[in-house]
Amino acid sequence: MERIDPRARSDAYGSRLNRSHSPLIANVVPWASIMLGSILPIFFIAAALPMVPPIGYLMLVGWRLVRPGLLPVWAGIPLGLFDDLYNGQPFGFAILTWSLTMLAIEAVELRIPWRVFWQDWLVASLLGTLYLGAGWLLSGAPPTSHALAALVPQLVLTILIFPIVSRIVARLDLWRLWRWKRL
Amino acid sequence: MAPSSQRRSSYSKRAQYNLFTGYIVAGIGALIGAVLLVLSFFQPQFFGGPRSVAQDAATPATETVAAARTGSKSLWDSISGYYRAGSKNAELKREVELARIRLGEAEALRQENVRLRGLLDLQDEDRKPVAVARLVGSSSSSTRRFAYLGAGSEDGVTVGMPVRSARGVVGRILETGRTSSRVLLLTDSESVLPVRRAGDETVAFAEGRGDSLLRIKLINLGINPLKVGDMFVTSGAGGYYPPGIAVAIVTELNDDGGLARIVSDPAATDYVSVEQIFEPDAAVGATTPIEEELGD
Repeated sequence: MERIDPRARSDAYGSRLNRSHSPLIANVVPWASIMLGSILPIFFIAAALPMVPPIGYLMLVGWRLVRPGLLPVWAGIPLGLFDDLYNGQPFGFAILTWSLTMLAIEAVELRIPWRVFWQDWLVASLLGTLYLGAGWLLSGAPPTSHALAALVPQLVLTILIFPIVSRIVARLDLWRLWRWKRL
Repeated sequence: MAPSSQRRSSYSKRAQYNLFTGYIVAGIGALIGAVLLVLSFFQPQFFGGPRSVAQDAATPATETVAAARTGSKSLWDSISGYYRAGSKNAELKREVELARIRLGEAEALRQENVRLRGLLDLQDEDRKPVAVARLVGSSSSSTRRFAYLGAGSEDGVTVGMPVRSARGVVGRILETGRTSSRVLLLTDSESVLPVRRAGDETVAFAEGRGDSLLRIKLINLGINPLKVGDMFVTSGAGGYYPPGIAVAIVTELNDDGGLARIVSDPAATDYVSVEQIFEPDAAVGATTPIEEELGD
């Protein structure tokens, strides 16, 4: 008897026999991963400089750019509210900047609906630079030039880490639509 | 990836309205954010409640990670300790011998101190720390320098209490939750600490610059008496910190003082202790405007 190719009945999201997507996972994963990204920086102890890139913000931008149409335009409000609880900036900072970010990406998408990765990266770098700059300006302390200079390593890390973040988002997106065994 | 076709809303009125409402809601969200931001500029403590609840909720995870972090660090220390163990051992022996002599001298000084204090009728009660806890995290992606402490109001921690490690001052309590609290580190650009040079009475303010250095601003201007390597300790002025705790070492000189590096790096400390406010009356007096009178 000839062997049937085991991958014949499967695609990128797993086998199709007696399996289906989980609506819970499909809906929760983007939001949960961004919230996890918001919490992650508090685990590092950085007493001297802001060293850790704003992971929650990068996850938001990553999900928005890698998977357009998934997060609603207003997603910046609840996610920003959550980020504000942990980010150390004055309350309201993330709600404002994350909402503006979502609107800005929407405007970019109207202009360039089909993008290649370097364009996504460029957009994310620009937004990350603006975000960190706004964080310096609206930190609640008088903005000094020394604090601005101290921002540079974090900015470089933020720009360099975006490709990794978008790969993680792509992998999470694959997992989000995975078919699970039906009972 | 290309945008999904649902954003080109075509002729469906419902889809068009949905898209439009999304824009409106996002715009309103940005406005609300701006209002909250302005509010928290003028009332920084206003949102402390939800923030400390959120921090309390994260404490089990942050505590675990902090324990693992300090554990792995001491493992690394013990591994790197083997490197050049022999020469280090000899050097340490010499140092211990010297330290023993100094210890004897210090003991003599202590006794003389006790005698003189007795003559002056000064009370010197032992200060016990309010709580001893780990620094469990920090606002590592923000321009501000806050740390989170694994002890809160349940342990008796209140706002304003000084936090110190075995090496020196770390910062002071800014907000308290039930099981965690937020510490304003010395390196934050809002932090100002009255200090004096160890060994004489050169008083100054140590201000955080936001880039890991402290700016030492001398109060008496004139010829700059500082030298690179000078140690600054708390002066006790202001009433928050007890005098004589190590703060920073001068690394660079400028016109009205110098730049200094903190002695107690919070990232390198294991446990820190929260202490009572040194002179609560003085601390209250320092925050009361001149126009108001202090009650009896």
